[in-house]
Amino acid sequence: MKSTIYAGVSAAALMLAANGALAQDAVSDGVVKIGVLGDMSGVYSTGFSGKGAVDAVNMAVRDFGGTVLGKPIEVISADHQNKADVASATARQWIDEEHVDMITDLTNSAVALAVQKLASDKHVITMATGAASAALTGADCTKYGIHYGYDTHALPVGTATAVVKNGGDSWYFITADYAFGHALQDNTTEVINSLGGKVLGSSDVPLSSTDFSSYLLQAQSSGAKVIGLANAGQDTVNAIKQAHEFGIVEGGQQLAGMLVLISDVKSLGTDVAKGLQFTSGWYWNSDDKSKAWKAEYEKFSGGEAPTFVHAADYSLTMAYLEAIKAAGTDDPDKVREQLGKMKIDDFFAKGGQIRQDGLLVHDMYLLKVKDGGTDPWDVADVVRTIPGDEAYASLAAGGCPLVNK
Amino acid sequence: MDPMIRLILAQGMLGLNNGVFYAMLSLGLAVIFGLLNVVNFAHGALYMLGAFLALILYSYAGAWVGLDALHIGFWPALILAPLMVAGFGMLIERFMLRRLYKLDPIYSLLLTFGVTLVLQGLFINFFNASGTPYPGMPESLRGVVNLGFMMFPKYRLFVIIFSIIVCFVVWYIIERTRIGSRLRAGTENPELVKAFGINVPLMVMLTFGFGTGLAGLAGVLAAPIYSVSPLMGANLIIVIFAVVVIGGMGSIAGAVVTGFSLGLVEGITKVFYAPAANTVIFLLMVIVLLVRPNGLFGRQS
Repeated sequence: MKSTIYAGVSAAALMLAANGALAQDAVSDGVVKIGVLGDMSGVYSTGFSGKGAVDAVNMAVRDFGGTVLGKPIEVISADHQNKADVASATARQWIDEEHVDMITDLTNSAVALAVQKLASDKHVITMATGAASAALTGADCTKYGIHYGYDTHALPVGTATAVVKNGGDSWYFITADYAFGHALQDNTTEVINSLGGKVLGSSDVPLSSTDFSSYLLQAQSSGAKVIGLANAGQDTVNAIKQAHEFGIVEGGQQLAGMLVLISDVKSLGTDVAKGLQFTSGWYWNSDDKSKAWKAEYEKFSGGEAPTFVHAADYSLTMAYLEAIKAAGTDDPDKVREQLGKMKIDDFFAKGGQIRQDGLLVHDMYLLKVKDGGTDPWDVADVVRTIPGDEAYASLAAGGCPLVNK
Repeated sequence: MDPMIRLILAQGMLGLNNGVFYAMLSLGLAVIFGLLNVVNFAHGALYMLGAFLALILYSYAGAWVGLDALHIGFWPALILAPLMVAGFGMLIERFMLRRLYKLDPIYSLLLTFGVTLVLQGLFINFFNASGTPYPGMPESLRGVVNLGFMMFPKYRLFVIIFSIIVCFVVWYIIERTRIGSRLRAGTENPELVKAFGINVPLMVMLTFGFGTGLAGLAGVLAAPIYSVSPLMGANLIIVIFAVVVIGGMGSIAGAVVTGFSLGLVEGITKVFYAPAANTVIFLLMVIVLLVRPNGLFGRQS
């Protein structure tokens, strides 16, 4: 008897729930929630994630007007500590309990690969910026996963090509020992080999090491002309600093940072970093629109200058909200479709397009560190603009299984 | 010079550089174990505490007392931080460890392990988990020295020389002076030493403070080389215990010599097969335990 009543009650509840779904308005749960999941305290907390990324997303929400389709936009953030398990647990909780509509930042490729898969299984859009691995839109691409800003394929096209053409044809790698570092080393090796250069060896270094000296000595004794740093953030800064401490550069070897941010250059100082060439998804001093945005960001964040990753965070938040507005709903399928249809053309991505595999293709810049300009953040000159089609792998070559051939 | 020999010498120098920290830390552990029969698991955390005190003195202490421009630099920190760590160590001995001497040594080991977890947790809460660079390296120690086979940072050379002196002085005090002989007598037969009118509990407290102060000193020396991070001690303590076991528990000279030589061995292993460098120490430990269970310098008991 009792169980029949229970059955009746649950059937009624189900019907109510179904009604609710039918009557549901364009925005699920009455709010658009954006989650910034990044490294808030570790090696990638300056330049990639941290307060700078959260500020960029918040600033975009402010500039958009704070609401979309008449509903409020909310931004939440969390620290994944560069651990894929912590990140997955947070993402799961955000999706299941907080009803987050889009997850961004996802610095650290190991984290991004894990969260992108998990979120896509639950029909939630991810827009990774700080992560670099090209696998995100290659072999491991997903239906709702977008990679916005740069990848390990685009970085060496600028930097390694310039270095090899300048005579740096033998390389030794110091590589961050996880998904990102190995992807970057592999992509760079392809570029070096295609230009007739060769790789003499490599040392794998655990993420966030503080002592690179023994690896640098190994690189020195290999006799390679170029020491390629397939790492990022504080790791790159430490490696370059210690290369100077141990007189590696004075000894005639050249350093090539495959992923360098202007915040890294700032923390090294232009006297240490002078002449360093690196590839970037954006540079604030490249045109007036970018300069104006940088000034606005500095005001918003209390004096901190943005890196290209922060600019990407802002740009993608705008694009996501525009897509919701254009689609008239925050339904992930419709928003993803809209994101693929629209041109992304702002201060960050010129003539940008999000492809079927989720990759934003846009122009990249080869930069060279110069003596300080008038602005303390004016640390580099644009040597070359690399067209998006040249920098990124083609849709077919990317290897995403979802792409119809 | 042959490039191979050059590389061996260079990696050896870096190994010696790491060996400094092995030696200083295992020296403190050996002093404490020798006198108190306590395996101080908090030694790594006290090393970390020393590094953080140097960082705090430089970056925060000034602002706390309202003087933003005040930075207490490396040289004062080299004296102040170890004294503070020693004071903290003496508090642990006086109020916690002292209650456990009559029990099995495993209790004091567990207590000090708990202290480690509390200290690490506290610092992870307030500081970057993956490290903050120490900005206060003195101007006079910046730059490099040309050793002929490599360029070596002046500061690291200073650390090596300074630590060798410290280790020698500690060994001399304990093995060759009156204070040292009282210390050693106190470990052999506390009752008899008491009968001579020596305050053994005070001596024990001071010794524990001295051992932990050495850990603090090593921490200050490490701060400008490595980033100051809450887990810097946890990464090191396992190696330190291996050093102590290889050298022989409680042997002062053994701890120092083993510390430096294992650093060297580790460095030179990097020349031949880098991934094995982390395991070579433990391999040696296994061999030593099989052949000489009391350690290389340990007395037969």
